[in-house]
Amino acid sequence: MSKVLHGNDLKTFRRGGVHPDDQKLSAAVPIVTLPVPKSVKIPVLQHLGAPAKAVVQRGDKVKVGQVIARHEGAFSANIHSSVSGTIGQIKEEMDSSGFKHLAIHIRTEGDEWLETVDRSETHIEKITMSREDIITRIEDSGIVGMGGAAFPSHAKVALPEGKHIDTLLINGVECEPYLTSDHRLMLEKPKEVITGVRILMKELGVERAIIGIEDNKHDAVTLLSGLLRDDPAIEVQPLVVQYPQGGERQLIQAVLGREVPSRGLPYDVGVIVHNVGTTFAVYEAVQKNKPLIERIVTVTGKNVSKPSNFRARIGTPVMELISAAGGLPEGTGKVVAGGPMMGRAIGDLESPVWKGMSGILLIPEAEARRSQEYRCVRCGKCVEVCPMGLEPYLLMTLAKSGDIKQADHEHVIDCIECGSCSFVCPSNRPILDYIRLGKTKAKSRKS
Amino acid sequence: MNDVVLYTIISLAGIGVFAAVVLYYVSRKFHVTEDERIGRVESVLPGSNCGGCGLPGCHAFAEAVVKAGDLAVLHCPVGGNDVMKNVASVLGVKAVEKDPYIAIVRCSGSFEYRKKTNVYDGSPNCAVAAQLYSGDTGCAYGCLGLGDCVDKCDFEAMYMDPNTGLPVILEDKCTACNACVKACPKDIIQLWPKGKKNQRIYVACLNEEKAGAARKSCAIACSGCAKCAEACRYEAITIDRNLAIIDPEKCKLCAECVDVCDVRNIVTANVTTEKIQQAGEHRRKREERERQKREAEKVATAPASVPPPPTGAPS
Amino acid sequence: MNKPLLVVAPSPHIHADLTVPQIMRGVIIAMVPALIMSIYNFGLGAVYVTLLAVGFCVAAEYSITRYLLKREASIQDGSAVITGMLLAFNVPSNLPWYMILIGSVVAIGIAKLSFGGLGNNPFNPALVGRVFLLLSFPVAMTSWPKAVATWTLDGSTSATPLGILKDGLRTGETVDTLMKQMPSLQDLFFGLHGGSLGEMSGAALLVGLVYMLYRKIITWHIPITMIATVFIMTGIFWLIHPDKFANPIFHILSGGVMLGAIFMATDYVTSPVSHKGMIVFAVGCGVLTVLIRLFGSYPEGVSFAILIMNGFVPLINNYLKPRKYGVNHPRR
Repeated sequence: MSKVLHGNDLKTFRRGGVHPDDQKLSAAVPIVTLPVPKSVKIPVLQHLGAPAKAVVQRGDKVKVGQVIARHEGAFSANIHSSVSGTIGQIKEEMDSSGFKHLAIHIRTEGDEWLETVDRSETHIEKITMSREDIITRIEDSGIVGMGGAAFPSHAKVALPEGKHIDTLLINGVECEPYLTSDHRLMLEKPKEVITGVRILMKELGVERAIIGIEDNKHDAVTLLSGLLRDDPAIEVQPLVVQYPQGGERQLIQAVLGREVPSRGLPYDVGVIVHNVGTTFAVYEAVQKNKPLIERIVTVTGKNVSKPSNFRARIGTPVMELISAAGGLPEGTGKVVAGGPMMGRAIGDLESPVWKGMSGILLIPEAEARRSQEYRCVRCGKCVEVCPMGLEPYLLMTLAKSGDIKQADHEHVIDCIECGSCSFVCPSNRPILDYIRLGKTKAKSRKS
Repeated sequence: MNDVVLYTIISLAGIGVFAAVVLYYVSRKFHVTEDERIGRVESVLPGSNCGGCGLPGCHAFAEAVVKAGDLAVLHCPVGGNDVMKNVASVLGVKAVEKDPYIAIVRCSGSFEYRKKTNVYDGSPNCAVAAQLYSGDTGCAYGCLGLGDCVDKCDFEAMYMDPNTGLPVILEDKCTACNACVKACPKDIIQLWPKGKKNQRIYVACLNEEKAGAARKSCAIACSGCAKCAEACRYEAITIDRNLAIIDPEKCKLCAECVDVCDVRNIVTANVTTEKIQQAGEHRRKREERERQKREAEKVATAPASVPPPPTGAPS
Repeated sequence: MNKPLLVVAPSPHIHADLTVPQIMRGVIIAMVPALIMSIYNFGLGAVYVTLLAVGFCVAAEYSITRYLLKREASIQDGSAVITGMLLAFNVPSNLPWYMILIGSVVAIGIAKLSFGGLGNNPFNPALVGRVFLLLSFPVAMTSWPKAVATWTLDGSTSATPLGILKDGLRTGETVDTLMKQMPSLQDLFFGLHGGSLGEMSGAALLVGLVYMLYRKIITWHIPITMIATVFIMTGIFWLIHPDKFANPIFHILSGGVMLGAIFMATDYVTSPVSHKGMIVFAVGCGVLTVLIRLFGSYPEGVSFAILIMNGFVPLINNYLKPRKYGVNHPRR
């Protein structure tokens, strides 16, 4: 059991959840900055929403930090060059999502940064910018949610009429097995993360922030709560280790006991959630004027010789990170961008690192394939573990048979795609595959 | 003992009579008068309830035609003109002939031509695969090969060819009910006019990428080179987004375009090899004649420019 | 280019390590203590009945799927073995072989495969087989051999404690006097009395329960709720009228309550999927068992109670859904 910190006991969300094997192989490995890659491919769609519009042309010279694609509309984000050099082709390219999107190729020449960027490592604590300037800076710096969903961060400030935020929640849960990028960030840049939290509090105009951290990262809990001893406005909340605690709906329930209404958003219950990685990016953008051009990526897997945490430039080919972690192990069957529960399998190892990629997981061939599927025995385990209180077995049947109306009635849209149902199903049924399909169909049915 | 038997018989009979009376009155009271023509129309329909006409089933179709009173819009693709003639005679209206359609597969990226780049291990369902990946080959437009179309076919008119990984449509069984077209998440299956003597010519590719990228992922991808468009005498072939598209309304099935294609991806149905060969010869002779004619004209009216013939000239 | 192609599949990319064949194996292991106790009690008869029932069930499953339904034989999942064992647990140890055959064919063929096989049967196959036999061969199904470990197939029979109780009360005797003819509660718990194979020893069945809970094969909801319901309900009647009703400990230890609650009512396919539904289902099973025992004409009601509640499962699943996150919940 943990020490009681800030008068809080361990908390967790109320229903469902699973306990996959932790496998945090790289938890004790410090972050290493990767050398600048020879060339990068930067997709113009690295966020939820509309792709950014390229503002450079083939042959243009760019510096590190320069905008190469500008956002169009509120749900989009700027894209910056992560290297200095010459723009090559701008063409459709397979990215780690498995679909082809427009990507800007840049051939690296030197490492020349925009002069406005403060590249020193010194921590600047004092926040001098006004609230409006902070909002603009976050928008200009192309910051998106770095936990994986890549929701444009500046869009979270734009609240509809009548909504009031009272709490900022910082997601340091990292409930996915294997991943350690947020954990390392909290250990190595705790002051920067805390300043980032204060910037976000100023941006949102809230008096209270809570950092939620699962208790398998007890060192981070101790470190951050020690640094925050004299700040009553920011609390650290240790949480029971339970997947999917990092889902924002589960985190809000775990920490505050509030439930985001179905089809609603966290601001409906007065909360905004930001990931630790995002918080750090916000710090760098606001205090150092550094746009989002690199991120921490965990490279891990059972057979990886050196599980690592890298600070890599956006657009670096995935293969370079794997090489830096000791190379592709013999007999790797599957490569996943993100964690094993919600990550996407990558088809092409030349696809680039993007803003939402928290890790690269190499799965050996023996574990890469799904096992034999049996019939549903109605054991109810999927119902038991669903953190949203849905009935996955039923939703799968409805989606498969095409009864989208009934699936919608059973709240298929509320599924957070955490994968607990497929994970636990003793018949190895691809429950989430079909729920996702039903979700897509139910959404298109509405519109 | 006899009493018991007697009472049983009497009470049972009583219940029976009572129930009969109730049923009689209920059926009278709730009787729905339906146009008797609906039943007669339905009896001549195929009764497969496939939904190919756009209505939920054969009864709904019968109701709709009776209500509409004519056959201008409604058509049963499964029954075709024969069934519609019967429907027309039931209703006493004029039959409207429609050209029969058939489903075609507009992808020829078999295993041989389109190499796998990944192994797909998700649910064997095209719709599931399509929303997660652009496919397990380099081509983002091609057939996923998981057979949603075959699953949806009510007429056993399709099967997946294990050698090519592509669906095959059985011509004599396909009723053009549209179910497979709707099932395909990549819109590869389309309805196409069945054609004179069941002959059809179409381009079996939907890859919109430029030539290099398209050929990299599939050896017989259409690159939009426009050779076929130039060869066509009827302007039936247009190039759109690096893709040749044959307009079945304009196509006269002359087959002259077929052998001009570098990758032989202009697919024919029920067109004999001899015809294709003859058409090719014919085209070459014609092109030769046109070339000579043009050269002769060039010599005759040396400086004056002549608009090029609409059929296009070999470059 | 010779590198093996990478696998792509939708998430999740890992799986928990409990699969259907492992679960089936786990259930079989959980039944072993009870089987050992029944062999100890009934000797060769128990072995003979169990082997026959398992053999007939597997054979029925194989031949029906293979030759009648013409599809791949579905015996590798192990569910037919469980059905066979449960059927054996529910019959006397001296049942003739042809009755076991009939029970097995009814259980597998009618109760399971005719509905589409594992996962689709509305009623617990073993219980259907058992009830079919009980109604068809009432005498054979209620002539219990004496609980003496004999390695011969001897013909002497005795009544079950519940049978003694029912008959005694019908002839006007009081519970007190009847209890004197009963085996002691200890004997009931450890399993020295007449009855079906599997319902001998509460202790052995509890060991199975603990094992299944430990392996997370089942949750506590159905077995504990059902046993508690029987205990509380019989307890209330006993407190009201101790002359007419036996004490609750006697009720949960005798007959098939333990067996039913632990192995029959918990059958995945025929029990509700949500915890709420499981509790309602188990309360229903308990209440019906007690009602049949105390006021019905049969001495024992577990089989009927579970089968009746099986029929309500679709209804329970439809109405007792888990509470959905963020639905119909006050906004703070």
